[in-house]
Amino acid sequence: MALTGAEILIRCLQEEGVEYVFGYPGGAVLNLYDELFKQTRIKHVLVRHEQGAVHAADGYSRSSQKIGVAMVTSGPGVTNAVTGIATAYMDSVPMVIVTGQVPTSAIGQDAFQECDTVGITRPCVKHNFLVKDVANLALTVKKAFYLATTGRPGPVLVDIPKDVSQATAEWSYPKAVTMRSYNPVTRGHAGQIKKAVQLLLEAKRPMIYTGGGVVLNDAAESLTRLVRLLGYPCTSTLMGLGGFPGTDPQFTGMLGMHGTYESNMAMQHCDVLLAVGARFDDRVIGNPAHFYRADRKIIHIDIDPSSISKRVKVDVPIVGYVRDVLDEMVKLVESSPPRAGAAEVKAWWTEIKAWQAKDCLRYDHSKTVIKPQHVVEKLYEITGGDAFVTSDVGQHQMWVAQYYRFDKPRRWINSGGLGTMGFGLPAAMGVQLVNPGATVACVTGEASIQMCIQELSTCKQYHLPIKIVNLNNRYMGMVRQWQEFFYGNRYAESYMDALPDFVKLAEAYGHVGLKVERPGDVEGALREAFAQKERLVFLDFITDQTENVFPMVPGGKGLTEMILAEEL
Amino acid sequence: MRHILSILVENEAGALSRISGLFSARGYNIESLTVAPTEDPTMSRMTIVTSGSDDVIEQITKQLNKLVEVVKVVDLTDGDHIERELMLVKVRAAGKDRDEMKRLTDIFRGRILDVTDKSYTIELTGTGAKLDAFLQAIEPGVILETVRTGASGIGRGERILRI
Repeated sequence: MALTGAEILIRCLQEEGVEYVFGYPGGAVLNLYDELFKQTRIKHVLVRHEQGAVHAADGYSRSSQKIGVAMVTSGPGVTNAVTGIATAYMDSVPMVIVTGQVPTSAIGQDAFQECDTVGITRPCVKHNFLVKDVANLALTVKKAFYLATTGRPGPVLVDIPKDVSQATAEWSYPKAVTMRSYNPVTRGHAGQIKKAVQLLLEAKRPMIYTGGGVVLNDAAESLTRLVRLLGYPCTSTLMGLGGFPGTDPQFTGMLGMHGTYESNMAMQHCDVLLAVGARFDDRVIGNPAHFYRADRKIIHIDIDPSSISKRVKVDVPIVGYVRDVLDEMVKLVESSPPRAGAAEVKAWWTEIKAWQAKDCLRYDHSKTVIKPQHVVEKLYEITGGDAFVTSDVGQHQMWVAQYYRFDKPRRWINSGGLGTMGFGLPAAMGVQLVNPGATVACVTGEASIQMCIQELSTCKQYHLPIKIVNLNNRYMGMVRQWQEFFYGNRYAESYMDALPDFVKLAEAYGHVGLKVERPGDVEGALREAFAQKERLVFLDFITDQTENVFPMVPGGKGLTEMILAEEL
Repeated sequence: MRHILSILVENEAGALSRISGLFSARGYNIESLTVAPTEDPTMSRMTIVTSGSDDVIEQITKQLNKLVEVVKVVDLTDGDHIERELMLVKVRAAGKDRDEMKRLTDIFRGRILDVTDKSYTIELTGTGAKLDAFLQAIEPGVILETVRTGASGIGRGERILRI
């Protein structure tokens, strides 16, 4: 049966079980939109800006085990989407982006709304395709889904010229696809796994450090089993939060630039470090030269060989899906005789407890001004620690990571790698759509939220009852903090003047707005907002302007060179 | 350290730019890069001469392998290998230079491909070092034009790169 390219694409998406496409129409995708219009299986979510479409598809992927799909038009549609694509790429989020392109005959002619889509997106996708012949379209879409979801996941883009979506070809959709040039190693090496377990069982000062790979590979259960079996301390990167329960006594809190004192100290002073689906990046270990210790052995499990020994030399590399490797390790530990030298581990825990006693996340409460940390703590309480929380980027993001103790994976949705302001609200739309009925909060700041504020309109159209928690300190808080610490209090362009009245703004979009100015009103306002199950509520918390995020490892410094609140 | 990487890659539009883009994006060196289809027209073979510490070369290899269109990567400098580069040089060949150029070409086992009253065009094949040596041996003033292909390499004996 011969179908048009547009029909083929929609059928491919149906075959892949796609429920939602986030997008924005335009000239080059009109054929595709016409086919979307003629069917009912795939629902389209019309965003207000292409960046929002990609972030929404991203949030959809991150908060489920499904794959987000975005569709945008050529030229400006694509360039607007690039921030979203790069965001997903940096955090290894599986996603398929379908873009329209000018007709093949017009490519290279500087046609209206033409841009070199595969060229522009090449460095920020796992892979991309320009489909020049409709006969290859179905196979290309199959490859796109296969590439996005296997190995180290990531966004894959399919660029479809308008004449290709119009031309016809016989319909057939392959059940599976293999590519001779793409064979990621997925099974960890048995000998290496054995070596790792042996090392772990002989450790005197062991530490387990987990990252986003645990969440992406759905390895939280396996990880939790291993950590509890071993009884060792466990920390997590920003991206890994929820991979191990945040309320577990073995969890020492997030590590890194704004990590806890105890986690950073333990990372530095351990003798065996197990890294699981994490990549030792600059925000996590600070200066690699300072981090280096000759007497520390490092085991690193990761699906991506290029993440291993990139910034830190590793002693036992294990390439494979982290879940399978962790399961193998659990089996080996279970069948091993009880470890000798348990007393040494006990002494190590005593040391860690002493670091914990510093209580590095303590902050001064106030009766007159709202402390942002207090808002997050109350949010945690009121949502029972069980909400999906998205965030933008900056101080508020760090406070959520520090004070909202995620017990489950895929609940904490934020842009860790690229650090994209404007991510939180559109991501929350995707989260809410794939988790209908769930509590979804977007914690943001007055600077970040304005970067994709237009999506309030999308939320209205699709009745998405997201709760926006705006920590409004009238500053780009993290920029201000760096200026205070490192630029002699010269607050260059970090003050947000002429802010909108967020309550009225929310109302103008058809939502509920609440302004909260007194510490005593925080809890009541949150309760009132979360009681409104059917409505989006925009909570504008006027917070302490001078609050900083502690502890802090200044950029380029070593992990133990932390600035603590009490030291200032 | 100088390394010669041999890469089998799908013969597809964009593959070259993915590879060169990887080098520029991550700040790796390319001293030379040559590429052409193999006996199997769906596949191209690329030779990249690069330099860096062992750690950097390890990263380059891993990053190349991560590209979806790359089928195989081998560091030829890991073992015995043969390396050849082709150079065409146009030199001034008039008066006393004319005989001297002919003699030098013979010594370097080159060939003169084109002759005019005033110039020779010389073909020379060898390692990059040999070509450098030839250029150093002749007076800089007589060189009118040079073009080099960059190195191609292959493993010695049973070292074979194929899928």
